[in-house]
Amino acid sequence: MNFEYTEEQRLLAETLRRFLATGYGFDARAKIIASPQGYSEDVWAALAEMGVLGVPFAAEHGGFGGTTVDMMVVMEALGEALVVEPYLATVGLGGQAVARGGTAAQQARILPALVQGKAKLAFAQSERGGRWDPRHVAVRARASGDGFVLDGEKCAVLHGGCADWLVVSARTAGADADAGGISLFLVERGAPGVAVAEYRTLDSLRAADVRLAGVAVPREALLGAQGQGIELAEEVLDYATALVCAEAVGAIKYAHDATLDYLKTRRQFGVPIGSFQALQHRMVDVLIAYEQARSIACLACVKVDTAEPAERRRVVSAAKLRIADAARHVSQEAVQLHGAMGMTEELKISHTFRRLTMLAQAFGDADHHLARFAASG
Amino acid sequence: MDLNYSPEESAFRDEVRAWIRANLPDEARDKVLNYRELSKDDLLGWHRTLAKKGWVAPHWPVEWGGTDWTVVQRYIFEEECGGAGAPPIVSFGVRMCAPVLLRFGTPEQKQRFLPPMYRGDDFWCQGYSEPGAGSDLASLKTRAIRQGDHFVVTGQKTWTTLGHYADWIFCLVRSDPGREKRQEGISFLLIDMRSPGITVRPIGLLDGGHEVNEVFFDDVKVPVENLVHEEHKGWTVAKYLLGYERMGTGNIAVSKRELARVKALAGPLLDDPRFRDRLTRVEVELMALEITNLRFLDQLRGGRPPGAEVSLLKIKGTEIQQALAELMMQTAGPRAQAFRPVDPAATFDRFTASLGARYCNMRKATIYAGSNEIQRNIIAKATLGL
Ligand SMILES: Cc1cc2nc3c(=O)[nH]c(=O)nc-3n(C[C@H](O)[C@H](O)[C@H](O)COP(=O)(O)OP(=O)(O)OC[C@H]3O[C@@H](n4cnc5c(N)ncnc54)[C@H](O)[C@@H]3O)c2cc1C
Ligand SMILES: Cc1cc2nc3c(=O)[nH]c(=O)nc-3n(C[C@H](O)[C@H](O)[C@H](O)COP(=O)(O)OP(=O)(O)OC[C@H]3O[C@@H](n4cnc5c(N)ncnc54)[C@H](O)[C@@H]3O)c2cc1C
Repeated sequence: MNFEYTEEQRLLAETLRRFLATGYGFDARAKIIASPQGYSEDVWAALAEMGVLGVPFAAEHGGFGGTTVDMMVVMEALGEALVVEPYLATVGLGGQAVARGGTAAQQARILPALVQGKAKLAFAQSERGGRWDPRHVAVRARASGDGFVLDGEKCAVLHGGCADWLVVSARTAGADADAGGISLFLVERGAPGVAVAEYRTLDSLRAADVRLAGVAVPREALLGAQGQGIELAEEVLDYATALVCAEAVGAIKYAHDATLDYLKTRRQFGVPIGSFQALQHRMVDVLIAYEQARSIACLACVKVDTAEPAERRRVVSAAKLRIADAARHVSQEAVQLHGAMGMTEELKISHTFRRLTMLAQAFGDADHHLARFAASG
Repeated sequence: MDLNYSPEESAFRDEVRAWIRANLPDEARDKVLNYRELSKDDLLGWHRTLAKKGWVAPHWPVEWGGTDWTVVQRYIFEEECGGAGAPPIVSFGVRMCAPVLLRFGTPEQKQRFLPPMYRGDDFWCQGYSEPGAGSDLASLKTRAIRQGDHFVVTGQKTWTTLGHYADWIFCLVRSDPGREKRQEGISFLLIDMRSPGITVRPIGLLDGGHEVNEVFFDDVKVPVENLVHEEHKGWTVAKYLLGYERMGTGNIAVSKRELARVKALAGPLLDDPRFRDRLTRVEVELMALEITNLRFLDQLRGGRPPGAEVSLLKIKGTEIQQALAELMMQTAGPRAQAFRPVDPAATFDRFTASLGARYCNMRKATIYAGSNEIQRNIIAKATLGL
C-alpha cells in the first residue's frame, strides 16, 4: 500500500498550481465569470498547452493515458482555484463517453481535437423530473432512413452552451424509466433542430437546457451499442463523480485553510476569535471532515479504474455520500465562522461556499447516493 | 393549561385573516412568495396600509397607536400576516427604535419621531456594526465629538441592512474615548441619512442580492436633541434594544408557511423516506418552538423586557429557517443549479432558480442580530451561570 503521489503526478500538480496561482487569481476569475462566454479561451488554450486536457486519453490521440489518480491531482487543483472552464464536461464526461464507447473513427475525429483544445463536449443526460437517475430518459431517437431522429428535452446540461459536441442519451426502445433501450448519440451542438438555452449556475459556471426538435443524425452518430447505452452512461457518470469528489477535496481544502487563517487573524474582544474554544472545536471538526473527504476520494479514484461495475457503483456512491456531507458541513461552517464577511461577494470564501453547495449535488446529492449505496448490499 | 384558542381568539383570527385577504396587494404577496427583492415601495406600501388600519405597531402603548392586544392576539396577528405572504414590517423603526424611544426618549423626541415612524413616512436602519466591531460591539470606534449644540460624527458603520432605503439611522457612537471600560463613553444618536457627509455604499452578497451597505460618516453634524438617553450612557440603550431585535428573529409564522411550501414543492419526493424524515423532524421542531415561543411570550405579559430566553428563540428559529431553505432547494434536484439566464430575455424558470440563491442568503440568519455562537454564550452566562 502506498498513498504517495508519483513524481509525475507531483510535477503535473505543481505545473498546474503554478499556472493557476499566477493566471487564475480571484480578480482574473471574476473577469472571466463576467465575460459573455463565461470562461476563458486563453485559459483553455493554456490547459491544452500544459497537457492537462489530455491527461486521461490514450497516447494515440495525443494524451497521456493517465489514471483517475492522475486526474485526482488535476481536479484538486482546479477545485481549490474554483476554475469555471468546461474541464469536467469535456474531459470527464463527453470525452469519456467517446473514449470508452466510441468507434476508432469517432475517437479519431474527436479526441485529438479535444486534447488540443479545439473541441469541447458536454453530456446531455438529465431530464426534468428525473433528478439524478440516468435511466429516466424520455428523449426519443426514432430510426429513420439510415440514421435517427431525436426529439425531446434535456435539462441542467453542464457547459452545454459552449460545447461543440453533445453526447445525448435518448431512447431507441422502452418506457421512460427503463434501464434497457437507452442509446447514446454524438450530436453537433449547431445541428438543425438543436436549441440551447444557456444560464449561469449558482456557482458561476454555465449550464443549459437543450431542446431537440427533429434532430436528424446519421447511424455513425451512435456511441456504443444501440439500446445498451445505460452501462456506458453509468460508467462515465461514476468516473465523473469520482472526479467531482477530488474537485470537492480541493475546494474543501481552500475553505479549511481560509477559515483557519481567519480564526487566527480576526480579532474580537481583544483576542483572535480562534482562541474561543467553541470555535476551536468547530474548526477541528472541519479538519476531520477534510481528512475523511480526502480518504474517501482516494478510494473512489483508485476503485473507479479497477473495480467491477457493482463494486465501482458501491464505492463511488460511498465517496459521493461522504463528500456531499463534508462539502455541506465545511461550506456552512466556513461562512458562519467568517461572520458577515463570509456572506460577501468580494471574498473567495462565499464563492467556495456556492461551489461546494453545487458539488454536493453534482451527479446526485447525499440522499441519492445513500440510497444507491444502501441498495448495493 | 389550555393550548387552544378561546372563541374570542378564534373570532379575532377570522377577522384578521379576512382583513388581510381584502387588503394585501397581490403584487407584493407574489414577490414575497416568489422570493423576489422587495422595493422600498413594496415594504412601505404594506406598512402604510397597516398604519391606516391601526395595526402597524400592536405592541406600542395605546396613546401612540398600539392596539392593546393580548400576547396571544399579537401572535395570531403575526401568524396571519406571515401565513398570507405579507411583506415583513421592517423592524428597525417600529420594533427596535420605538421601544428605545418609549423607554428612554424625551417627550419631544417621542412626539417628533414616533408618529412619522408609525405612518411609514420615515424609513429607519440600524447603525451598530463596524468593520472591527461585530460580535464585540463595544469595541466600536465611530467618533462623536460634542461641539456646543451638536455632535460631529466621523467613522464607518457596516452591514447596514436597507441603508440604501433609509431616511434615518440610529447609531452607537463613541462620545468619550477616554473611558477605561469600553462599554462606557458610548452614546445613542439618531442621524438623518440626508445629512451632509454621509455616504452609502452597497455590499454585494453571495446570492447576488443587495440588502446591506457600508455607511461612511465624514464630519456629520448631528443636533444634540437627537441624543437618546444620557450622553455616554448609550450602552444601556443598546442592550435594551438588542432584546427586541432578537425577539423578531424567530420568524415562526414565516417558517410555518415555508414548511407548507416545501411539502407542496416536494411532490413525489415526499415518498422518499430520507427526505420525508428530515422534513418531519424540522416540522416537529417547529411545532415545539411555536409552543416555546408562546410560553415565553406568556411570561412577558407583565411588561418586563425580554431576557436571555429570546436567545433560545433566535437560535432555534434561525436553524429551522435554514433547514427549510435547504429542503426547498433540494426539491429542485439538478435544476437547483440554475441561477440566471445568459440571455435576459429568454424564458427561464425564475422561481426554481431562486431556491439555491435563497439557501445561500439564509446563511445570514445565524450570523445577524447577534450570531448564534454569541446567543449560546449569552445563555451559558445569563441562564446557566457558567
Ligand atoms: C471506561 C473507562 C476506562 C478508563 N480507563 C482508564 C485507565 O485504564 N487508566 C486511567 O488512568 N484512566 C482511565 N480512565 C479515566 C479517563 O482517562 C478519564 O475519565 C478521562 O481522562 C476524563 O477525566 P474525568 O473522568 O475526571 O473527567 P473530567 O476531566 O472531570 O471531565 C469532565 C467533562 O469535562 C470535559 N472537559 C474537561 N476539561 C476540558 C477542557 N479543557 N475543555 C473542554 N472540555 C473539558 C471532559 O471532556 C468531560 O466531558 C477511564 C475512564 C473510563 C470511562
Ligand atoms: C445580512 C446581514 C445583515 C446585517 N444587518 C445589520 C444591520 O442592519 N445593522 C448592524 O448594525 N449590523 C448588521 N449586521 C451585522 C451583524 O450584526 C454582525 O455580522 C454580527 O454581529 C457578527 O459580527 P461579524 O460579522 O463582525 O463577525 P465576528 O464577530 O467577526 O465573528 C466571526 C465568527 O466568530 C464567532 N465569534 C465571535 N465572538 C465569539 C465568541 N466570543 N465566542 C464564540 N464565537 C464567537 C461569531 O459567531 C462568528 O461565527 C448584519 C449582518 C448580516 C450578515
